[in-house]
Amino acid sequence: MDSASLLQFLISGLTVGSTYGLTALGFTIIFNTTGIINFAQGEFVMLGGMLSVFFMRIAGLDEASAIVLAVAAVTLAGALIERFTIRPVKDASIINLIIITIGVSIFIRGLAMLAWGKDTFALPPFSGDAPIALFGAVVMPQSIWVLAISLLILSGLKAFFSGTIYGKGMLACAQDKKAAYLVGISVERMVLLSFMISGLVGAVGGAILAPITLTSFDVGVILGLKGFAACILGGLGNPFGAAAGGLILGVLESFGAGLLSSAYKDAFAFIILLLLLFVRPSGLFGTREAKRV
Amino acid sequence: MITLKNIDIFYGRIHAVKRVSLHVDPGEIVALIGGNGAGKTTLLCAISGLIRPARGEILHKGESIARRSPDKIVRSGLSHVPEGRLVFKPLSVEDNLLLGAYGRFSLKARRQIKNDLAEVYAMFPVLKQRRGQCAGTLSGGEQQMLAIGRALMARPGILLLDEPSMGLAPNITREIFRHIVMLRDRFGLTVLLVEQNAKSALRVADRGYVLETGRIILQGPADELLANKDVQRAYLGRDVDL
Repeated sequence: MDSASLLQFLISGLTVGSTYGLTALGFTIIFNTTGIINFAQGEFVMLGGMLSVFFMRIAGLDEASAIVLAVAAVTLAGALIERFTIRPVKDASIINLIIITIGVSIFIRGLAMLAWGKDTFALPPFSGDAPIALFGAVVMPQSIWVLAISLLILSGLKAFFSGTIYGKGMLACAQDKKAAYLVGISVERMVLLSFMISGLVGAVGGAILAPITLTSFDVGVILGLKGFAACILGGLGNPFGAAAGGLILGVLESFGAGLLSSAYKDAFAFIILLLLLFVRPSGLFGTREAKRV
Repeated sequence: MITLKNIDIFYGRIHAVKRVSLHVDPGEIVALIGGNGAGKTTLLCAISGLIRPARGEILHKGESIARRSPDKIVRSGLSHVPEGRLVFKPLSVEDNLLLGAYGRFSLKARRQIKNDLAEVYAMFPVLKQRRGQCAGTLSGGEQQMLAIGRALMARPGILLLDEPSMGLAPNITREIFRHIVMLRDRFGLTVLLVEQNAKSALRVADRGYVLETGRIILQGPADELLANKDVQRAYLGRDVDL
């Protein structure tokens, strides 16, 4: 195997991996404020891609405004999901809330299938598809878009959580709900905000990935699972770990498919996840849970 | 300042607080003492809005707050320093203090908040030394100071303190109580103090209430309660026959 192919695998791995990372970030944000694993996260990603296609084809918008509109719509969908399925039962146990999110994901998938059918759709690449040569490997311009936008989102979130009082308030909710209430934080509003940010991050991931992998009503299932795997790989609850876990998963998958067999592409992620969980149950960057007794 | 009228609170089927009425006047330090499980913490949580009482009325500055959400109650000038301090452990000391001012954050209030931060640092210099440290790395006494400082950042008129002496060495406890008195004397803060450490609490308080299994069984000026034989036997660990 020559070094050019290895570089090729690395590039395509990083590209797909950054969308896993974005999905994983979505999981992390909601988990950190509420303790809920939002299984509708993959549906946010699907909606990001599908709505972009929809706004472009049906409403006849140019690509940039279609994507912006799609991301805004999914952010709003995140808010509606929180408001109408989570908040009315907010005192229920976490496991019940998680099951609700599974129901929501099935519901959204069903709606998408009814609305757009079972076909796959493609979004045109943002800036043409003339490949760029790089040390013998080929980089599609879309890959650069994916990496750059993911990086932008990541640094935006970092600035939000460590630089603004609202971001810190969100961390405070994650740390101790009772204390958050007592300093005057409206925890309900923070939970709403976390669903909106997760919707936004997921939708961006879906929209930037759609030109590369195509999109259909059911891409959310596998993307959601991969994103969740990336979360666990990086250590659940750690945003940096989520992003890194996504990249690692994408790269491993790409090398597995290239060097061994592409038929098992989806299996690699989960085999590696299982192996890691045997050795390090808290994930690569997770802190080991220690409880004082 | 605050008035509670016939408060009943249930945990499921357990009747934790039974027809409790009490009041705290402006500028007073009032101690609420009683043993473990008497309902002291429950009562404080009801005042700050974390628990809804089943019946009864809670008035703060003449307005009923029994149905208000906790964040609105904080904004109206009532801060609660919870049992076990509950500082945000992974966040820095300074972030903890700034979060205390969460309810009044705005561009206009920025300078004011900065001044308040300097005032809290002046009151607890050790917090200034440790401003960049994670709150979880502070000692118990420092965490208690941080929790009080965080509550003060909301600029409250009344402070609810739940077991500030819990788990602290006697000399640290004395320092904390000295600060409580100073807050009242210097800043005119009203304080409702919940304590198992009845002696220390009654020494700094003006008045006191004794809570037992959800009921108020005694009330009066602090020095009278200190001299009361029943209180001495039950809560001050003194044998009255000697």
